[in-house]
Amino acid sequence: MVVPVSYYLALSVALFALGVIGVLVRRNILVILMCIEMMLNAVNLAFIGFADHFKAVDGQVFVFFVMTVAAAEVAVGLALIVAIFRTRATVYVDDLNILKW
Amino acid sequence: MTLTIPSFTLSSIGPWLTLTGTAILILLVDALSPKGRKAYFPQLSLLGLGIALLQTFRLWNHTGTDFARMVYVDNFAFFFYAVFILGTALTVLISRHYLEDYGKNLGEYYALLLFATLGMMLLAAGAHLIMIFLGLEVMSIAVYVLAGLFREDAKSNEAALKYLVLGAFSSAFLLFGIAMLYGATGGSLYLDDMAARLAQAGALTQPLTLLALALFIVGFGFKVASVPFHMWTPDVYEGAPTSITAFMAVGVKAAAFAAFARVLFLAFPALKVDWVMILWVLAVATMTLGNVVAIAQTNIKRMLAYSSIAHAGYLLVALVAANQLGAVSLLYYLLAYTLMNLGAFGVVILVGRKKDSYLSIYDYSGLGFQHPALAAAMALFMFALAGIPPTAGFVGKFYIFSAAVQAGYIWLAIIGVMNSLVSVFYYLRITVLMYMKPPEAELGPVAFTPALTTVLLVTAVGVLLIGIFPGFLYNLAVNSVKIFPSL
Repeated sequence: MVVPVSYYLALSVALFALGVIGVLVRRNILVILMCIEMMLNAVNLAFIGFADHFKAVDGQVFVFFVMTVAAAEVAVGLALIVAIFRTRATVYVDDLNILKW
Repeated sequence: MTLTIPSFTLSSIGPWLTLTGTAILILLVDALSPKGRKAYFPQLSLLGLGIALLQTFRLWNHTGTDFARMVYVDNFAFFFYAVFILGTALTVLISRHYLEDYGKNLGEYYALLLFATLGMMLLAAGAHLIMIFLGLEVMSIAVYVLAGLFREDAKSNEAALKYLVLGAFSSAFLLFGIAMLYGATGGSLYLDDMAARLAQAGALTQPLTLLALALFIVGFGFKVASVPFHMWTPDVYEGAPTSITAFMAVGVKAAAFAAFARVLFLAFPALKVDWVMILWVLAVATMTLGNVVAIAQTNIKRMLAYSSIAHAGYLLVALVAANQLGAVSLLYYLLAYTLMNLGAFGVVILVGRKKDSYLSIYDYSGLGFQHPALAAAMALFMFALAGIPPTAGFVGKFYIFSAAVQAGYIWLAIIGVMNSLVSVFYYLRITVLMYMKPPEAELGPVAFTPALTTVLLVTAVGVLLIGIFPGFLYNLAVNSVKIFPSL
């Protein structure tokens, strides 16, 4: 059975939208980072869908780059969260208010 | 099955290799040298940057692409290489003394600066959307770490985390835009092919293309700090180490504008009507909000952050004009902005003294009597940022607004000039404080170092020189933007 590209796209858009909503409404930084990951995976899905549809490998290669970069980004993000937790003992964005938000 | 590796010339990415090599060398030296030994990281970085600049000069006037069409080898990229190298070199010079106060004169700081510069170069020369994405992330991730360099400082941490979360959020938008564009073009990511393929695909993929364009504007809008994607700017600029704030304000903005211009001019000429309209609105909102809110700031770093938002607005005007003069003014203004903004931040570091103790604008009261030379330099940079002749800021604004008038956006030019008038208020307030108010209190001596003095001299002379004789730079910029056939 062949899954049409529009299905991939619909799922990808839905995942991306969920990720965006998550980033905007959740207050825990760890959850926010996970939501960002979800947005990136939605992008990956769209790439895979298109690459399969057009029989072009660029999209599949792009997915590897996205995953690598996402890992680097999360590594930095988690390090920063640890640093903040050491000084402030919190992981909630509402508590990060020294600088005017 | 045989695999053929396409031919390539390493020298066409010479500056990248030099910077990467220098950064890795610094990391190695840092790891291998015994604790407490004084290492010459700033000198090493400057050496690497100098060699990269020489390589850029040697490459000048080359055209075309390399590495299987992944990299543009053209004057537009080289002009930006020079701007980035200049910005990074000045940042290295203002950093050393400042970091030593905090006990943070570390090897990784310089290595990360060089990696960030490399990312900017990838952005300016990327001919394939993978390259542009990689450049953006190499630059951004390095700058996230740099913003959080002062690990024990709650402000620095908070700034870095806010930058990271919003930066990653905006990169995700940009990526989704790239994915949509990939779909709309029928499976191509080369910027060269985009325009033709989009025209061929026609009405069927129009929604996808429009969505991609909108997402690109969101993604790049975040990086250049344009309204309504500017919320992070004041917080991050205030919390990050001052030297990194300077670096972000000039380098990251210039790199994002380079890629933004390239994508808009090469991939979306057919949708010019749409993006010009969106950017018109963004430019007006960005200029107005930046200038109006800057008036209310009393922290100098925050004030310069809003001023940098306002300048993003002026630069967007250059993009809206979308003609040759517009592109030329973009290049000219980014170089001028690099000089005047880094100069201003150099003064901020000097006046801030030990560990940024004096960042309020009222700490500048009476500076004109205590340190005439420093006050004169600050006044010059403030005049330049406000766009008063005979500085580079005036010429840059003149080019930008003439480009807008030439393209028929008279109202945009009028709003821009009115915004410049508003901006004169808060820039001149610093000058008034320095020359017409008595000193607040004895704040202690200002520690002039050779490096910081050099930065102030170079930027002050540069701002005046390219302001009085803009011809040479204008010709260079005209030469650089010849690559855009649609202008």
